[in-house]
Amino acid sequence: MAEHGVAQIWRKIKSIYNIQGNHCKTCDTYYFPPRPVCPECRRKGVLEDYRFKGLGKIHTFAVVRQAPDTFKRQVPYVVAQIELDEGARLTGQIVNCDPEEVEIGMRVRACFRKITEFGDKGIIVYGYKFEPVLKVTGHPYP
Amino acid sequence: MGKRVAIVGVGMSKFGELWDMNLRDITLEAGVSAIFDSQVKGSQIDAVTIGNMSAGRFTGQEHLGAQAVDMGGLGNIPAYSVEAACASGGAAVRHAYMAIMSGEHEVMMVLGCEKMSDVNQSEAMDTMSVASDWEWEGLFGATFPALYAFMARRHMLEHGTTLEHLSMVAVKNHANAAHNEFAQFRRPVPLEVVMKSGLLADPLRVLHSSPVTDGAAGLIMCTEERAKEFTDTPVYIESSEQAGDTLALHDRKDICTMEAVKKSSASSLKEAGLKIDDIDVFELHDSFTIGEIILTEDIGIAKKGEGGKILEEGLTEKDGKYPVNTSGGLKARGHPIGATGVAQIVELVLQLRGDADKRQVDGAEKGMAVNIGGTGATSIVHILGR
Repeated sequence: MAEHGVAQIWRKIKSIYNIQGNHCKTCDTYYFPPRPVCPECRRKGVLEDYRFKGLGKIHTFAVVRQAPDTFKRQVPYVVAQIELDEGARLTGQIVNCDPEEVEIGMRVRACFRKITEFGDKGIIVYGYKFEPVLKVTGHPYP
Repeated sequence: MGKRVAIVGVGMSKFGELWDMNLRDITLEAGVSAIFDSQVKGSQIDAVTIGNMSAGRFTGQEHLGAQAVDMGGLGNIPAYSVEAACASGGAAVRHAYMAIMSGEHEVMMVLGCEKMSDVNQSEAMDTMSVASDWEWEGLFGATFPALYAFMARRHMLEHGTTLEHLSMVAVKNHANAAHNEFAQFRRPVPLEVVMKSGLLADPLRVLHSSPVTDGAAGLIMCTEERAKEFTDTPVYIESSEQAGDTLALHDRKDICTMEAVKKSSASSLKEAGLKIDDIDVFELHDSFTIGEIILTEDIGIAKKGEGGKILEEGLTEKDGKYPVNTSGGLKARGHPIGATGVAQIVELVLQLRGDADKRQVDGAEKGMAVNIGGTGATSIVHILGR
């Protein structure tokens, strides 16, 4: 038996630390999170790992005011769908700016942050969040 | 095929925060009232399906089929629960429909139930995230309201939908619920109050969201041939259709459209041999008010982008051309997740039988229910007729 969350997070570290998804060589589509099967090509699909550049723009967003305990300390926070330059869309938080500054179409880049904690004794989950590209924060994405 | 499935009895528990009742109490209440409504005897029921999303997390109890049959004293008949997130109720109805159409069973009880108020708000929000893509949305802080806020903000940008439109749905549905004795909120709310209610996930406010609700609903369904044994006013299932979409909202090309709803509503009309204008009354899944706006567009009441406009025109009011959510909808009747899809059918049956009292749509002959799972990953549509 694993401690709560340890194996669950560990097995997808590549994806949540480095935004590693995959790319179907048959239809030239990028996927994040990585898909086990290309839904367009299925058995004809050829999937290869691909590390996204971490650049994109905000497709839509919400300012979360009521959240479960695991996120309560961060309220209010901005969570968004980010359309990555390669075409895939993902969901993540927007940081290093006021919620009022966030708008659809804003250019963002990935940064590495603490995401949440699994309770008092659980593990701390790290991974991607996104920040406006024009801000210098001293913590560039590796 | 020629054969049809009849609904010969309906029942509901009160919807609300029911501190003095547990899951088995409310489920039993809905089941027993459906049995009494139909005049069916317990010994005539062949099997039971139950719509439920997360009783394990909300109450610590699973194995609801066995529980319901045991508490109801129904003996040794087969029973099990069906899960499709917020569409679990619709899935249970569809499952019974398929079992009866196939000839396996003749008389079935369908239940839907959820007991949500035994956990605190944080646990309830965590549990609701199981309906979305927990690993890639919930884990990163996207609460369930945030996902609907994603749709709302995009709908506002692309189609000019306003905060007022989002709020008008709540005003309409609360006004309808005032006449529904089973509803959680039986008082009308003014537009200004909805528009100024507390922020939940901008742009969505608390009164744009369905509440946390305990409740259960039940149906007795049987073959067309046997319906007359149990009632003089059977209502028939004209079609039962289902479609799916990506689990995560971010994987959809257009988040202002629910492709699964478009597909399943179109195929349900085709199967029933009807057009959208033939439908007299609608129950549409308004877990968030933006949901009702999107659904009116995707089933074809409004053109894409005009879901707000038809609210201004009053088209979806009780006395409008397309009455939507006469029961009060999920917004005001309440949204005990697994019960919702069954409660939608209960409302349509009451409407078609002419038993809906003050919320009766005059002469209603056909009704459509659209039950959504997650952010549109499952859509189950039923068309009923008398």
